[in-house]
Amino acid sequence: MSTPTVRIFVESRPYEVEAGQNLLSACLTLGFDLPYFCWHPALHSVGACRQCAVKQFRNENDAKGRIVMACMTPAADGVRISIDDPEAHAFRAAVIEWLMLNHPHDCPVCDEGGECHLQDMTVMTGHWRRRYRGKKRTFYNQDLGPFVGHEMNRCIQCYRCVRFYRDYAGGGDLAAFSLRSQVFFGRHRSGVLESGFSGNLVEVCPTGVFTDKSLKRHYTRKWDLETAPSVCVHCALGCNTIPGARYGTLRRISNRFNGKVNGYFLCDRGRFGYEFVNSASRLRSPLMRGVGGGPAAPLSDKTALNRLEEIIAGSRGIAGIGSPRASLEANFALRRLAGPDLFFSGLSGQEQALAQKALSVLKAGPARCVSLKEVRESDAVLVLGEDVTNFAPLLDLALRQSVRQKPTRELGGVIPAWDDTAMREATRHQGPLFIVTPAPTRLDGISTSACRAAPDEVARLGFAVASLVDGKAPAPLAVDGEARRLADAIARALEEAERPLVIAGTGLGSEAVMEAAANVAWALSTAGRPAGLCLALPEANSMGAALMEGGPLTQAVAAVESGEADTVVILENNLYRRAVPALVDKLFTARNVIAIDYLDNAMMARAGMVLPAATFAESDGTLVNSEGRAQRFFKVMPPEGGVKESWRWIEAMAVAAGALEKPWGTIGSLIRQMSEEVPALDAAGEAAPGDGFRLHDQKVARQSRGFSGRTAMRADVNVREDRPPGDRDSPLTFSMEGFQDRPPAPLVPRYWSPGWNSVQALNKFQEEVGGPLRGGDPGRRLIEPAPGPPAYFNQPPAPFARRRGLWLLAPLYHIFGSEELSVFSLGVRQLAPASYLALNHADAAGLGVPARGLAELETEAGFLRLPVRLIDSLPDGVCAVPVCLEGLEGAVSRGEYVRLRAAPEE
Amino acid sequence: MWQVFLHAFRRRATVQYPEHVDYLPPRWRGRIVLSRDPDGEERCVACYLCAAACPVDCISLQAAEDRHGRRLPSFFRINFSRCIFCGYCEEACPTDAIQLTPDFEMCEYDRQNLVYEKEDLLISGPGKYHDYNFYRVAGVSIGGKQKGEARREKPPTDPLELMP
Repeated sequence: MSTPTVRIFVESRPYEVEAGQNLLSACLTLGFDLPYFCWHPALHSVGACRQCAVKQFRNENDAKGRIVMACMTPAADGVRISIDDPEAHAFRAAVIEWLMLNHPHDCPVCDEGGECHLQDMTVMTGHWRRRYRGKKRTFYNQDLGPFVGHEMNRCIQCYRCVRFYRDYAGGGDLAAFSLRSQVFFGRHRSGVLESGFSGNLVEVCPTGVFTDKSLKRHYTRKWDLETAPSVCVHCALGCNTIPGARYGTLRRISNRFNGKVNGYFLCDRGRFGYEFVNSASRLRSPLMRGVGGGPAAPLSDKTALNRLEEIIAGSRGIAGIGSPRASLEANFALRRLAGPDLFFSGLSGQEQALAQKALSVLKAGPARCVSLKEVRESDAVLVLGEDVTNFAPLLDLALRQSVRQKPTRELGGVIPAWDDTAMREATRHQGPLFIVTPAPTRLDGISTSACRAAPDEVARLGFAVASLVDGKAPAPLAVDGEARRLADAIARALEEAERPLVIAGTGLGSEAVMEAAANVAWALSTAGRPAGLCLALPEANSMGAALMEGGPLTQAVAAVESGEADTVVILENNLYRRAVPALVDKLFTARNVIAIDYLDNAMMARAGMVLPAATFAESDGTLVNSEGRAQRFFKVMPPEGGVKESWRWIEAMAVAAGALEKPWGTIGSLIRQMSEEVPALDAAGEAAPGDGFRLHDQKVARQSRGFSGRTAMRADVNVREDRPPGDRDSPLTFSMEGFQDRPPAPLVPRYWSPGWNSVQALNKFQEEVGGPLRGGDPGRRLIEPAPGPPAYFNQPPAPFARRRGLWLLAPLYHIFGSEELSVFSLGVRQLAPASYLALNHADAAGLGVPARGLAELETEAGFLRLPVRLIDSLPDGVCAVPVCLEGLEGAVSRGEYVRLRAAPEE
Repeated sequence: MWQVFLHAFRRRATVQYPEHVDYLPPRWRGRIVLSRDPDGEERCVACYLCAAACPVDCISLQAAEDRHGRRLPSFFRINFSRCIFCGYCEEACPTDAIQLTPDFEMCEYDRQNLVYEKEDLLISGPGKYHDYNFYRVAGVSIGGKQKGEARREKPPTDPLELMP
């Protein structure tokens, strides 16, 4: 599958490069250092900054040549250019001098300093002395909310921010204002940036106009950050990240490129949700509660281990409750401790059924579970029931690219793909994107059609589409009128597409919706249109939990009640968030309850023994994302105090219980055993090189060459320097002594290359600019589709009929607030909305609730009083509440009928 | 032998320290201090350049910001038991905050006492460089100096203005 190449001449030397790109990306791929600002591999070329000037010659006899912008010139066969030509060099030096005319003298207090593309390019161009003695233009800054800082004086007017924010991410509230030398980039007035992807401005901006406000609270330069490859834990998409730590606290998250997953961008929840790691609610030492409750007393490490051994030795049976937010390794260790029969997934009955359904759907049929890259490349999409912007945010960004695929293809290559302005002008219309959900979504604006329906109706529409595509698929009864016309339109659009895609997920809590999505994708595949299927899942390792095959929470409670297990070990799981309190309470009737977690929560308050676990930043492990891709994350900093990785606590228990002959010792031997014992995870170990991996006999250094303060950072405690903490679990080391060049893709701890201090150094880590990382994008897919004719789901749900006096409860999600860990971040907490109950206008009037009034929702624990928010497009008979906002944790389950009443006057 | 005899009548180069303390020029590289700007505010803006330049990594600090946007170190530590007095930190400092002084009398019996914190380093004057005030030149606004009030700056523009 080799792409066609062309031959270009740089400095009269021939090079083979891939056809269809511009000269700038070709030169960067070839390793030449050519300065640029406005071009970005994901945003392409507009030719605004005039920085990438090179000299182009007509033929080998042309000695004069002409200056062209490399980013706007196709790398056609036989093109001859010179980068080092004195005239081109002088041109670039002049451009950068102009750009620097108004640049303020504030690098020392600029958060971008040390990773600034403008600094790098200025040095690269050779401009070092300021000649301009005139006055500089200045701007007032704006307050853009809790995530992104704004310092407009530093702007060089490259337009990258608005091109990302408006054109790529579909935001509407950031724009270029004013004119000539005073073009201003910001909002029309101060206010929180509305897009959930605003954090990417920090990386997109080549200088320090947009900076990370959460980093500023504990500011550290890039060279001082201890970094390691990691995976985001705030949703199931598994975006790759590079967290950075300093002085034992986590300082920031930046993007780690993975061409198959997140590409160049992260969502704001993933980027700014890390502060729970530094939270004051972190458990730092083991706690033990005396008989009969009371406050828990801290224990030393040794006493805790002794007590654990006693508890384990005295237990008749141990029930292990796993977690969809813990790593595969921790879950497997627990399974080993408890035995396969007494290991439970830690999911509620409904969640378990949904996760198993998602897994079986992806394994059973011919539709491939797609990566985010394939979502970006899809040219017709049907979204069934998911509010992806809030549930799996980066899927939103990917869909915004997918709607451009069809118009782009229709142009038939008249305009090169990299010519951004021309391409956007020519593709003003959107490709097919159909959204069928109960409540409005942020993607409605770019959709071909956005339709509101109750969950069962969403599924029925899906079934109808499937039956239209393939007559063998079962058709639901009584889909007619408007719904029938919509189903026809969707079926036609999907059939015409080259890469159709169906998105559904567990968000609505409906298995029928996922079955419908599977039917559509399978019908398309049967009809000769290999369709993708993307099922959004709620938590970082939801797919891993499904692969681990433990029973649901109800079975765990049954095991405790029957006396089969008298000790319960709960791994990184706040069960009160996912199940009704009465059910979870029953677990605590067991003789011993041992809870392992990193944050103080309702479980910790009741468990007899509490063990402090390491977060993603202090532990190694593997997470399986919703695509079924196993990805490794590595410690960024060593766990401190009494904190241990969950699997190490469980390892100690397993040895005491005799479930393990000898300790694993390293996570590598745990993974080897896991691959042997759990067939579904046999390839999970291939996600990254093992702990014995070395490059030139060296481990990969977590600290950069410029890492400072080694002999002073701990000198206030003891002037004698400790040896760096060892790391037996991974091929990385907590030191600057080690391999500093380009390691294999799963081990890349930071992007840096001589002369390239900013994130743009990423170019040097890719096989070709914008393409996969050298050696292939990291991760190992564990789930592949089954070829052959599909066995369609044949039970479409009955039409939704409202019941008298009852409302169907649909869940709503909020990118900030619905996820457990990110709300510990200051900014996320600020932006999380207060709890509410959503109804349409007619239903609220029928209930007798005025606008902005209060209503009460019946739950098991009595009536819950909530302010009413009117969402007019909600279907009749459907009410919606946000999932897990404050006060709503575990209170309500999805897809049930509930009773509502107007709140009585106080 | 004659030479040795002659030397006996030469002027002594050895100084009877500590009874007599010889003159050390201001540029002599001794004990490190953190200076203040002419207005009496801390000069250090916690840019981390000194720490980065330090070949023995004996400087560590943490940046913070006060209510008015002025950057300063929340702690600033030099481990003088590691310091080699090379002066790279002073060369790297963009605000003339960190300076080496002609003082070397800082011996200790206990190495721990050679760890100097910000309180130990901060002096009350501008040190060797009398006039420089970083914030008067830099474009950021701080308390008492708003946008457009630094040296050679125009008043801030109105982003909604469209006059050519």
